[in-house]
Amino acid sequence: MADTRDENPIIRLRGIRNAFGRQVVHDKLDLDVRRGEIIALVGGSGTGKSVLLRTIVGLNRPAAGSIEVFGQDILHLPVIERRKVEQRWGILFQNGALFSSLTVAQNIQVPLKEHLGLKGPILDEIAALKIALAGLPPEAADKYPSELSGGMKKRAGLARALALDPEIVFLDEPTAGLDPIGAAAFDQLIADLRDAIGFTVFLVTHDLDTLATVCDRIAVLGEKRVMVVGTMSDMLEQTNPWIVEYFHGPRGRAAMDAKARNEARDAG
Amino acid sequence: MSRTTSAEAVGLLRLSEQQGTLRAELSGRWVVANAARLEKALAGPLTDPRDAGAGRALEIDLSGIEAIDTVGAWLVHRTAARWRQAGGAPVITGASADHEVLLGQVAKADRPAPEKPRRAGLVTRTLHDFGRSVSLAADEALRLVSFLGETVAAMFRLAFLHPGRFRVTSTFAQAQAVGIEAMPIVGLISFLIGVVIAYQGVDQLAMFGAQIFVVNLVAVSVLRELGILLAAIVISGRSGSSFTAQIGSMKLNEEVDAMRTLGLDPIEVLVVPRVLALMIMLPGLAFFADLMGLLGGMLMSWGVLGIPPDVFMSRLANAVTWKTFFVGVVKAPFFAVTIAVVGCLEGLQVEGSSESVGRRTTQSVVKSIFLVIVLDAIFSIFFATIGI
Repeated sequence: MADTRDENPIIRLRGIRNAFGRQVVHDKLDLDVRRGEIIALVGGSGTGKSVLLRTIVGLNRPAAGSIEVFGQDILHLPVIERRKVEQRWGILFQNGALFSSLTVAQNIQVPLKEHLGLKGPILDEIAALKIALAGLPPEAADKYPSELSGGMKKRAGLARALALDPEIVFLDEPTAGLDPIGAAAFDQLIADLRDAIGFTVFLVTHDLDTLATVCDRIAVLGEKRVMVVGTMSDMLEQTNPWIVEYFHGPRGRAAMDAKARNEARDAG
Repeated sequence: MSRTTSAEAVGLLRLSEQQGTLRAELSGRWVVANAARLEKALAGPLTDPRDAGAGRALEIDLSGIEAIDTVGAWLVHRTAARWRQAGGAPVITGASADHEVLLGQVAKADRPAPEKPRRAGLVTRTLHDFGRSVSLAADEALRLVSFLGETVAAMFRLAFLHPGRFRVTSTFAQAQAVGIEAMPIVGLISFLIGVVIAYQGVDQLAMFGAQIFVVNLVAVSVLRELGILLAAIVISGRSGSSFTAQIGSMKLNEEVDAMRTLGLDPIEVLVVPRVLALMIMLPGLAFFADLMGLLGGMLMSWGVLGIPPDVFMSRLANAVTWKTFFVGVVKAPFFAVTIAVVGCLEGLQVEGSSESVGRRTTQSVVKSIFLVIVLDAIFSIFFATIGI
C-alpha cells in the first residue's frame, strides 16, 4: 500500500468514520491532499465518493475522525472562523446546482455580494471574466439555468465555484454527461486554471481520460477507506483485482493509449 | 515630478512620472477580497487615461506584489487595455512566469460584452404586458377546455375500450390521500363555521324574537352552500396543489417524457386516477362537512340558546327537505373535476426550473378556487331559475 501521509497537506483527513444507520461507509479513513495538486477520488458505486466530498466541505458530519483544511481543524471551528474557511474553497456540484431563479451572471455574483459586499460595474466585469474563464459564450451571462445545456450548466457551476478565486476547488464528476470533446476541453480548462491561479483541485470522477491526462494523483476508495494513493503509473502496478480491472480494462487501456499518443505528438 | 494617489496609503499602488513615462508600481495583495479597494485605487488617471494620447508610455510594474488572482490580473489587464485604446503605450514589467500565465488567461477572457436589448418605455411596456396577459388568459381558457376534453376522452377509452388499462390501485391510493386523509381538517373547519353561523345568527334573530329560526339558518346555509364550498376550497388548497407539485416534479425529472416513450399515456396514468378519486371522494367529504356543520350549529344552539338537541332535530326536519341537501351535494362532482383537471394541467405545464413548480402550484390553487366559486354562482342562478 502506498503511503497516504504527507508533510504539510492542504487537506488532512484522519480516522474518518461515516455511517448511515447500520451501514458503515467509511471507517478509519486517512487521506492527505497536497497544495497545488489535482487529485482524483475514484471507487466503485456505493463506496462513498460523494459522501467523502460532502464530509470535507461540511455538508455531512462524520461520526468520528478529524478534518484539517488549511491547517485548521474545521470540525471544531467557531462559526465565524468556519465561514472564512468556506470562502477559500469553491464547489462544483454534479448538476451545477445553480440557483434557478437567478441568471448565470447573478449566480456568480452571489458569493461576491454576500462575502465581499462588492457593488457596481465591477460585479458585471468579474462575472463576465469568470464566464469567459469557464469557457462560456458572453451571451450566457443573462441566461437562466433552465435555458442552458448540461455542459453549459457545468461550466456555469464552475464559474460560480471560481467566483472568489478559491484555494481549493472541489469538483463532483465534472465531466459526467459531457461529450468527449467537451470533456477534454473541460479537463484542459481545469489544468490551465490550476496552472494560472494555482489552486488545488479535489475531484470525484469516473472519467479515465481525466485521470490519465490531468490528475497528478489518484486516490482509490474501497473497503471503507482509501486503499491506494498514487500516480497513474502507480495504479497500473497495483495487484488489487478491482484496481487492476479498473485501470487495465478496455477503457483504461484506451485512455492510456490516447495519453501516450498526445504526449508523442506534443514531443514531436 | 511625482504624483501619488489615495491608494498609496493602503499600499496597493504608487504612481510616479519620469521623462514622460507614467510609472505604476503595484504592491500588496491584488486579490478579489480587495476588489473594491483596488477599483478605487485605479480610479483617476489610470482608469480614465485622457492624457494618454500621442503614444504616452505607461509602465505597470508587478514586481512588488505579494499575491494576485484572476480579478487582480483582470484589473491590471483592463488598465493597460484602456490606456492602449486611448492611444497610449502601456507595458507590463516585473511579471513572473506565473503572472504571465494568469495575464494571458485573463487577456483571452477579455471580449466585448454582448449588446443588451433596449427596454421599451413605460407606456409601451404597460400596454404590451396588458395585451399579452389578455391573450394568455384566452389561451389558458382554451387549453383548460381542451385538456378537459382529453381527460373525458381518456376516461371513455378506459371505460369502454381498454378497461384493463385502468389503474385501480392508483385510483384508490389517490382516494385515500385526497378523501380520507382530508376528513379531519374539512370536518373541523365545517364544525367551526356551524358554530360561528349559529352564534352570529342568534344575535340578529333575537331582534325579532325569532331565535328558534337559527336552526333554519344553519341548516339551509350549511347544506345548500357552505358544506360543499368549504370542502371544495380546502381540497383545492390541499389536493389541487399537491397534484400540481407531484406532476410538476415528475415533469422536471423527465418522468412524464419517459412514460410517453414507454407507450403510456400520462393522461391515463396520472390524470384519470386523480380526477376519478376526487369525483368519488368530494361528494362524501361534502356530506361529512354538512354533518359537522350541523353538529357545530346544534351544539352552539344548545349551549347559548338552550335549544336541546332533540328540539333542534325536529326543527331541522321541518326546515329542510331532501332537496336542500341534494342541491348542495350535486355540485360536488363538478367541483371535483374542476379542481383535479386544473391541478393536473398546471402540473403538466411545468417546465424548466423548480421555480416553475412553485409558480404553477400557486396558479393551480388560485385558479381552482376561482373556478369553483364561479361554478357555484352559476349553479345558484340555475337553481333559482328552475325554482329549487
